[in-house]
Amino acid sequence: MQLYLPIADIPVNIFLVLAMGAAVGFVSGMFGIGGGFLMTPLLIFIGIAPAVAVASVASHIAASSFSGAISYWRRRAIDPTLALILLSGGTIGTALGVWTFTYLRSLGQLDLMIGLSYVVLLTAVGGAMAYEGLRAMLRTRRGGTVTLRRPGSHGWIHGLPLKMRFKRSKIYLSIIPVIFVGLVIGFIGAVMGIGGGFILVPLMIYLLRVPTSTVIGTSMVLTLVTMIFATLLHAVTNHLVDAVLALILMVGGVTGAQFGARAGQKIRGEHLRLLLGLLVLAVGIRFAVELVIRPADLFTIRETGGAAP
Amino acid sequence: MTARALLVLAGLLVAIPAASPACAERLIVSVSNHRVTVTPNYSGEELVLFGSVERDADTPPGRTNYDLVVSVIGPRADMVTRRKERRFGIWINSDYRQFLQVPTYLALFSNRPFDQIASPEVQRRQQLGLNNVLLMQRVGPDYADVVPNDVFRSAFVRLRIEHGLYREETSTVTFLTPTLFRTTIPLPAEVPIGTYNVEIKLFTDGALVTKADTAFEIVKVGFEQFVANTARQNGLAYGLVTAAMALMTGWMASIVFRRD
Repeated sequence: MQLYLPIADIPVNIFLVLAMGAAVGFVSGMFGIGGGFLMTPLLIFIGIAPAVAVASVASHIAASSFSGAISYWRRRAIDPTLALILLSGGTIGTALGVWTFTYLRSLGQLDLMIGLSYVVLLTAVGGAMAYEGLRAMLRTRRGGTVTLRRPGSHGWIHGLPLKMRFKRSKIYLSIIPVIFVGLVIGFIGAVMGIGGGFILVPLMIYLLRVPTSTVIGTSMVLTLVTMIFATLLHAVTNHLVDAVLALILMVGGVTGAQFGARAGQKIRGEHLRLLLGLLVLAVGIRFAVELVIRPADLFTIRETGGAAP
Repeated sequence: MTARALLVLAGLLVAIPAASPACAERLIVSVSNHRVTVTPNYSGEELVLFGSVERDADTPPGRTNYDLVVSVIGPRADMVTRRKERRFGIWINSDYRQFLQVPTYLALFSNRPFDQIASPEVQRRQQLGLNNVLLMQRVGPDYADVVPNDVFRSAFVRLRIEHGLYREETSTVTFLTPTLFRTTIPLPAEVPIGTYNVEIKLFTDGALVTKADTAFEIVKVGFEQFVANTARQNGLAYGLVTAAMALMTGWMASIVFRRD
């Protein structure tokens, strides 16, 4: 069934978009990530203008992560204090990111920068996660312990001042690295147009040593707030949010996210990390291939506005 | 077709007098729909252009070797064509050309190939064929249309053709009688919204005899128009509603799928 999108100005197959939303929603519910790095390329692939895709995906991610966050909240798998402190850093990071975005665009190489940062971040993060997950799995098979090491010798982060007790996560941690992580995620999110969940989750696990039980729920809260903010910003500045497209994606997305969240609880932590690592790595490699291989068409056209009536 | 039927048909058409009254012929044309509405199930459309060549006392008797060229010109916009080049092992956008106020949709139809209709000189002057249409470019500080085989110009035209937004067909105008003609105007699904001007030029023996203009518009109506207008005029309210919609959808899902 074809449906005409009022802002994107093209007709799309409603079931195709619904299925895409559900698939990405499943992944996002399972791993506690927004899924923007999957959804945006998919939308561009079916012919939606990149700017409209980025703007509309933000609200889709907001819906997915809200429904996910509610179910994690019920399971007491969200650390509100941690989320709040992450957000304070995230807000500053987003503002810095928007400023950098504008600066890069004035230099005329924004697309390349986005492409390169996708490649570097996705392959690095994906590779590290897949490697770590694989190692943990092998250790289990050999009968070793799989609990994340929390050595007291992990010096410098625990030596920082302004320590705070995060009750839900059962950790005692300085707020400085927490704010820093939020800042980095906010910055990356604004520049690359993604929620940043797939970077946030490993940063929280490996750098902040947040237990796996609260990582996903808490990262969803951060994603939710930044994506709501991004939706508003895109709607006010570019007028490119396609509400009809967003609604179809949302309905598919929240449904998928529910099943994804349940599936995620059944899968062992290290398997989950390996799967997410491989997925992120695959998307990263796809972007790398696109940069290295000679494109089918060397030329591209872009409308730069000024449409006269 | 009888003369009576022709007369009835001519009466139905919207008469647009030719620009120069000195000419012996007049063109009377009309499109099947002057207002194409974009509804939720819109997925492209095809318009039909009808017309007839009106002859009067000054027309040389026995002159029936008419040629017709129809140009459909969509709303204009600025566009940039970029070329990728390999630098340090990766493909990046290196060079670009800016096209100023060029048509977003452009269709050129005729009853036979342009080089049979008129001499190269006339083709260029009357902008017959995609190679001869004026596409203004900004090259550094200068404004100019370059030669047709310029790489950026030909890449631009080729990409527009691939999307069905530019087209050149030299056999679609058909003469039903020596003076009555029709052609179809295909509009792809991703057709730009706006006003489309249609120019009809009548040639005989390689020279322009007369021309006529008409227009149609492609508009969004109802829900589509409401959404597009709100997004443009009340960005904040639109964003808030979308954000609220996202939260509602997420909340609803968590209720629907609640298991405990």
